[in-house]
Amino acid sequence: MLELININYEIDGKKILSNINLKIDTKKIVIITGPNGSGKSTLSKIIMGIILPTSGKVLFNGVDITNYSIDKRSKLGISYAFQTPIRFKGMTVKDIIDISLGENSSINKISDILNEVGLNYKEYINRELNDRLSGGELKRIEIASVIAKKSNLIILDEPEAGIDLWSFNNLINLFIKKKNDSGLLIISHQQKLFKIADEIILLDSGKIKARESYIDIKNIICCNKCVNKGCNHE
Amino acid sequence: MSNIDQNLLNKVIENIDYNYAYNIRSNSRSIQRKITDNVNIVSKEDNTGIDIYVQDNTKFEYIYIPVLITESGLTDIVYNDFHIGKNSNVYIVAGCAIKNNGKSKSEHNGIHRFYLEEGSVVHYIENHYAEGHNHGSKIINPITEVYLKKDSFMDIKSVQIKGVNYTKRITKGILEDNSTLEITEKIMTDGDEKADTIFDIKLKGIDSSCNVISRSYATGSSKQRFKSSIYGNNKSYAHVECDAILMDKGRVEAIPRIIANDVNANLSHEASIGKIAKDQLIKLMTLGLTEKEAEKEIIKGFLK
Repeated sequence: MLELININYEIDGKKILSNINLKIDTKKIVIITGPNGSGKSTLSKIIMGIILPTSGKVLFNGVDITNYSIDKRSKLGISYAFQTPIRFKGMTVKDIIDISLGENSSINKISDILNEVGLNYKEYINRELNDRLSGGELKRIEIASVIAKKSNLIILDEPEAGIDLWSFNNLINLFIKKKNDSGLLIISHQQKLFKIADEIILLDSGKIKARESYIDIKNIICCNKCVNKGCNHE
Repeated sequence: MSNIDQNLLNKVIENIDYNYAYNIRSNSRSIQRKITDNVNIVSKEDNTGIDIYVQDNTKFEYIYIPVLITESGLTDIVYNDFHIGKNSNVYIVAGCAIKNNGKSKSEHNGIHRFYLEEGSVVHYIENHYAEGHNHGSKIINPITEVYLKKDSFMDIKSVQIKGVNYTKRITKGILEDNSTLEITEKIMTDGDEKADTIFDIKLKGIDSSCNVISRSYATGSSKQRFKSSIYGNNKSYAHVECDAILMDKGRVEAIPRIIANDVNANLSHEASIGKIAKDQLIKLMTLGLTEKEAEKEIIKGFLK
């Protein structure tokens, strides 16, 4: 279980997150949503250790991991899919999945993993993770590299970004399946995803404004542009 | 072949298939040679090197031309000329390995000239490696000249693996109609090593094309300089890509020049030099690697 205690984060005198207190159970899908700039990505990076909080604690299964390095958190079973996939000149799809699995994996295994994100291994296994792949392809490979790894908690930062709706429906099914092995913490604006969430956390101006089920959050969220019920945005 | 030679040979060529043609040169003389029905190897009359003749229509044969140097203080110069017959398709594997445990300089200057006839294809692989316990310099200066006739194709995969104190690598090419040259060069330098690499490619024929990919990794206080000049003298296409990763006090200078002498020449270049991107390290750390392990994987992939 992940627990955030009084997390604050400030940069250049600007408060990004204020007194975040949160418990997230494993084997649940929890979505963090909210307007742009509300601190969603920052919060997810604090959990992975990419950013250290100005104050507060991060506990994972009861252990204080606030000062743990990224790799140490990864070894505890926390995984992270980037909003914008990272490109590597020379490194191939097989290389990144091998690193994720911690082994020189068989073609069958890689084929199964790529299949989960809708990619044919024959076409992709030796492709380099560079600009010759489209944004959508890189995004699916990014998700594949994360689901390949044995995890207790998977953080996905805007998994819908760059992925067409048809493929995204398949990814939703994948996330439901992954819930059997680990918790999923998903940063998203995508209302289609809200339906599969056990809980939805609404972040606004660095504060938790609401934490509700899908049914209840519909009464709070008006649109993707704001969090005020009754706004006139289309 | 001595064990020392064999170990050195393994550094630059993983497995020689002795069913094919080869010429193994050690300390300035040919120590083993084999020819086949399709590939003839003849020593030059003045003994400065060899001529390799590949018959027309030869398909999928290998030719191995390694050079080994174990004598400290030796300066070796060799001229190897490859005459590739029409519609042939061959793999040529070359390489130079130096072991210098003395205090004097050991140097190899290999001038390889490739004459590709119409419709022929050459896949050329060249690896360079050096080692030594003492202060004797290890220098490798390869000159590769390629002359591509109509509809021919050549790809060059050249790697400087490690241990070469100084190298000046020159690659020149003249491409005729509808011919293609693909070059991938990877150079790793460490300590106080220096590497200069120069490309001079002339796209003479209509629809000729060239693609140059250079990847450098400079660590320690080593220095590398990449200079390329690609001339589009006809309706032609070329792209040059030079990427370098720096570590410690490594330095890299990249000077990619493209010169369009024809309105239909389509030439482009890109160059980037810098440390390993922080985002790349973070990504691999999220998969469980330490920062050091992540660096190693990134460089391994970059130079693969």
